[in-house]
Amino acid sequence: MTTTTLQAVTRGRVRRALRRRLLMAVLAVLIVAMAAISLMFGQTYYPPADIWHVILGETVPGASFTVGELRLPRTAMALIVGLCFGMGGVTFQTMLRNPLASPDIIGITSGASAAATLGIVTLKLTGAEVSVFAIVAGLAVALIVYTLSFKDGVAGTRLVLIGIGIAAMLDSVTSYQLSRAGQWDLQQALRWLTGSLNGASWHEVVPVLIALLVLGPVLLARGRDLTMMQLGDDAAGALGVRMERTRLVVIVAAVGLIAFATAASGPIAFVAFLSGPIAARLFGNGGSLLLPAGLVGSLLVLVADFVGQFAFDHRYPVGVVTGVLGAPYLIYLIVRTNRAGGSL
Amino acid sequence: MTASHTLDVEQLTLGYKDRAVIESLDLVVPPGRITAIVGANACGKSTLLRSMSRLLAPRTGHVLLDGREVHRMPPKELARTLGLLPQSPVAPEGITVADLVSRGRHPHQRMLARWSIQDDAAVAAALDATSTADLADRAVDELSGGQRQRVWIAMALAQQTDVLLLDEPTTFLDVSHQVEVLDLLTDLNRSRGTTIVMVLHDLNLAARYADHLIALADGKLHAAGTPGEVLTEDCVRAVFGLESRIINDPTSDKPLMLPLGRHHVTA
Repeated sequence: MTTTTLQAVTRGRVRRALRRRLLMAVLAVLIVAMAAISLMFGQTYYPPADIWHVILGETVPGASFTVGELRLPRTAMALIVGLCFGMGGVTFQTMLRNPLASPDIIGITSGASAAATLGIVTLKLTGAEVSVFAIVAGLAVALIVYTLSFKDGVAGTRLVLIGIGIAAMLDSVTSYQLSRAGQWDLQQALRWLTGSLNGASWHEVVPVLIALLVLGPVLLARGRDLTMMQLGDDAAGALGVRMERTRLVVIVAAVGLIAFATAASGPIAFVAFLSGPIAARLFGNGGSLLLPAGLVGSLLVLVADFVGQFAFDHRYPVGVVTGVLGAPYLIYLIVRTNRAGGSL
Repeated sequence: MTASHTLDVEQLTLGYKDRAVIESLDLVVPPGRITAIVGANACGKSTLLRSMSRLLAPRTGHVLLDGREVHRMPPKELARTLGLLPQSPVAPEGITVADLVSRGRHPHQRMLARWSIQDDAAVAAALDATSTADLADRAVDELSGGQRQRVWIAMALAQQTDVLLLDEPTTFLDVSHQVEVLDLLTDLNRSRGTTIVMVLHDLNLAARYADHLIALADGKLHAAGTPGEVLTEDCVRAVFGLESRIINDPTSDKPLMLPLGRHHVTA
């Protein structure tokens, strides 16, 4: 080895690591700024000082309720479910080496959503029971889609097509449940169709926060193994990745994140699907995309929720805004892979 | 790096579902030499390599590295001694050469450990050995087929294993790049004593570059030995179902196979 090559390798690695950290910092700053904006603006404007006092637990007339009970849980929810959707989505996309293999395309989100509506409307479940039911359903759908597409290994394309079919079936379950729910008001119905943060409260934030704190680190610890899987199953296995174990752990953790988030906010359209590719575009495919995709997801949900609330004269749920963003990208992906001669 | 490892296959039977691909195979890979495995399409060559690197569990029999069963070794420990370059690995979209080659360091890294100077040194050595240092910052997608194959080999070299298995490393390359890759592997074998086992399609290049030739037919060992011993007209007929003439290659003193088809044969 020549010393110039070694120097170049070291310099290149340090430069890429710096760039990665810088981008993460920029994303984090944008998230904090966006969160601050969502806390300050609304029907009444509160200055940053008031908000800071509320966060510290002091009583500020007016702000304590509006910010502390309405805006703060809503913003926290946006941040947390964004992370969950982003990390869960990019896990599937990376593992299956296909941007279309995101949990919101292949039926996992639909499964959690269908179970949540079934639980609330027909089985009269509440709170944590709904979350647990949604998670079990999410895992079951993941298992079904995986098993149905298994034939001498899992092919991403087959899995995506089967997942789309399952998703359509599950979405009809959700629609059916909603049509039966008589006293259901429009906002709550919309939550289960497109995802919404309306009326988010602390007791809804807590379970998904706990899920993130438990499952997030599990996933991050497997980040490097997951990036190895991009090289193909054989290459990753030959580099010492325990394929079966890694696959099992990351699927359970990612489905858990997606299902908890779906149980809390509904299936916020396309956040899981969009975050990974955006993060890949920003960060490149050199390192793990888990945290970058999580941060992108958070920012997406925060911005989309703010836009949905205040950019138009009518208030739209966050999922409508992300849906409008996501659909063109879906079309673009399909057109591009078609041009490249891919089968999907 | 020069420690020679033994790699033995004993009574190995491999298969997918109800189909047996390899049956009761016994093999000895000579340490520190270049071994080429040849055989007709679908005769189990790739399956054998996958099993030798722990990716496919045997139905019966064993694969032994230094007397230890590879399927019972911790995957990362095995991957520090034995590497495999599969036939068609996938380069993530937009990944740079340096990042891809760096992934070869995976078995040497603990779960959350930091990147070390040894890792950098291994990557730099791999880039130099494969003449890809100039490409380090380029995206792998932009490279030509020959360059890309050199980069994949660099990734396998960064793994710093004493045994390297390669599944058809020359496929899809034009003849000059095929020779380039085989020369590179020979350099590696001579300078570091790396044991190399590769599946090759081209019989003549296999005979030229391998010290040891293994011919498989229908999942069984047909012949093993030096190219001179193995590459005979009978062997080509038995393994490929092809009539041929074997002559002495004047440039290398190795056997050279000339296929006899139904047309254009004058003598």
